[in-house]
Amino acid sequence: MEGFNLSDIISVEHLAYTYPGVEDTPGVPVFEDMNLKIQEGSFVAVLGTNGCGKSTLAKHFNSILLPTGGKVYVCGIDTANEDRIMTVRHNVGMVFQNPDNQIVANVVEEDVAFGPENLGVSSPEIRRRVDTALKQVGMYEYREHAPHLLSGGQKQRVAIAGIIAMEPKCIVLDEPTAMLDPRGRREVIDTVSRLNREKGITVVLITHHMDEAARADRVVVLDKGKVAADGTPREVFSQVELLHSIGLASPETVELCWELNRQGFDLSLDALEPEECAQALYNAVKA
Amino acid sequence: MLKDITLGQYFPGKSVIHRLDPRTKLVMLVVYIVALFLADSWVSYGLMFLFLVSVIGLSTIPPKAIARGMKPLVVILIFTGVLNLFFTQDGTVLLHFWIFTITTGGLSRAVMMMSRILMLITGTFLLTYTTSPIALTDGLESLMKPLKKIGVPVHELSMMMCIALRFIPTLIEETDKIMSAQKARGADFETGSLMERAKALIPILVPLFISAFRRADELATAMECRCYQGGEGRTKMKLLHYHREDFLSYGVGAALVVVVIGLKTVGL
Repeated sequence: MEGFNLSDIISVEHLAYTYPGVEDTPGVPVFEDMNLKIQEGSFVAVLGTNGCGKSTLAKHFNSILLPTGGKVYVCGIDTANEDRIMTVRHNVGMVFQNPDNQIVANVVEEDVAFGPENLGVSSPEIRRRVDTALKQVGMYEYREHAPHLLSGGQKQRVAIAGIIAMEPKCIVLDEPTAMLDPRGRREVIDTVSRLNREKGITVVLITHHMDEAARADRVVVLDKGKVAADGTPREVFSQVELLHSIGLASPETVELCWELNRQGFDLSLDALEPEECAQALYNAVKA
Repeated sequence: MLKDITLGQYFPGKSVIHRLDPRTKLVMLVVYIVALFLADSWVSYGLMFLFLVSVIGLSTIPPKAIARGMKPLVVILIFTGVLNLFFTQDGTVLLHFWIFTITTGGLSRAVMMMSRILMLITGTFLLTYTTSPIALTDGLESLMKPLKKIGVPVHELSMMMCIALRFIPTLIEETDKIMSAQKARGADFETGSLMERAKALIPILVPLFISAFRRADELATAMECRCYQGGEGRTKMKLLHYHREDFLSYGVGAALVVVVIGLKTVGL
């Protein structure tokens, strides 16, 4: 473990991964030499176009996929160590895109209990965790509902509750809002950022919505299996040309300032909120 | 249209019957069925009927809902009735025309058989009406636990049942969607011969199966992510506990069988 630091909950070192080919066709390489460290307690957004390896990377974080080269460490544990697989999965919870396909039971609270039940937690403790988890995602009053009667955003929050009931240190969300309407999206992202702020749970949010990424404290942009940009949302989104060359865009406020700059304005490219942007424009026009 | 299908309809409630342990209810259903098949006189039938009516009363399930559940059984009931009426030939002749003879024996047998079927089905309905599917699965798993010793995968079976129940509404919704999509492209499901209609179902079934497999794959990954590794070392949030009512019902069940057998031996 070169340069292992206790504050890094996930540490990806020289990761190489090739999807196995079918029969005689060669495999598809996704990563060749990928390096990434995620600090405990941080809120990291991972951005990238389709097929850039975002989901593949996420699946390495809890031993669903194992590296073909290099190492991935979770809390200092090698994810390829089969004896510790359950510890890794216990520490890193995973939420997927389609909430329908990750809910197991036909009552909300039974589903949330599924994870702790697998961990062999005692019954009164499961009850306590289920209630706390459901309250944290704001779904406590729906605990006896059937999941198929809930809205997409509610289902996704139940899925998140199912993960936090396992009390993981880190939650990885793989495009959790891709199938949701704007309201559902807001519910989910609010829930996730609150869990990060209040419970100190590390959040890795894989998304292609810029406004969601803007709420993280670190943005990592992936392109063709490599880290193309890494920094605070302001640092990353001000690199408008780079993002465009990858096929991504900055949040609309930054895009607006950038377009204006091309017409001769001299605006800074770090306004992520509409109010900030308006203020910057006001100042520029006045001057 | 497809949304109306509800499997093992459950009426949530707080009655004594609802609160009984699912294991008690399952065992009681078996006891009840045994008693029903042992009963062969009007007195014992009356007793069974009394028992059934009091359970319905205690369960607070509206009798209308039970009657509605009987509708699909009308054909079987009539069939049973007619068969028994014409093919039992004992007692005095009541009516004779052409090749048919109706006797008192036949009449009473027909009525008995029909009421046996009715009471049998009502009893089973009462179980699913008052027990949530998940409680039922838990109860079954717990009752079948001894079978684990002879290699029956009890936990896996109950997990499969639980997931199947969970995905019925999801897959029904999906079927609805696929049907609408095919209709929008001019598919016709309502007209044509039986063969043609069966053929028209293929474009629904193929995408439905593909999507079901994809879902299964994703669900398996999600379950693994939540540390699922089979029944070994697994705990339960809701433990099943017997209460006073449960012991009481076992007592009632035993009494019912004893009385029915008693009536049989004294020839009533």
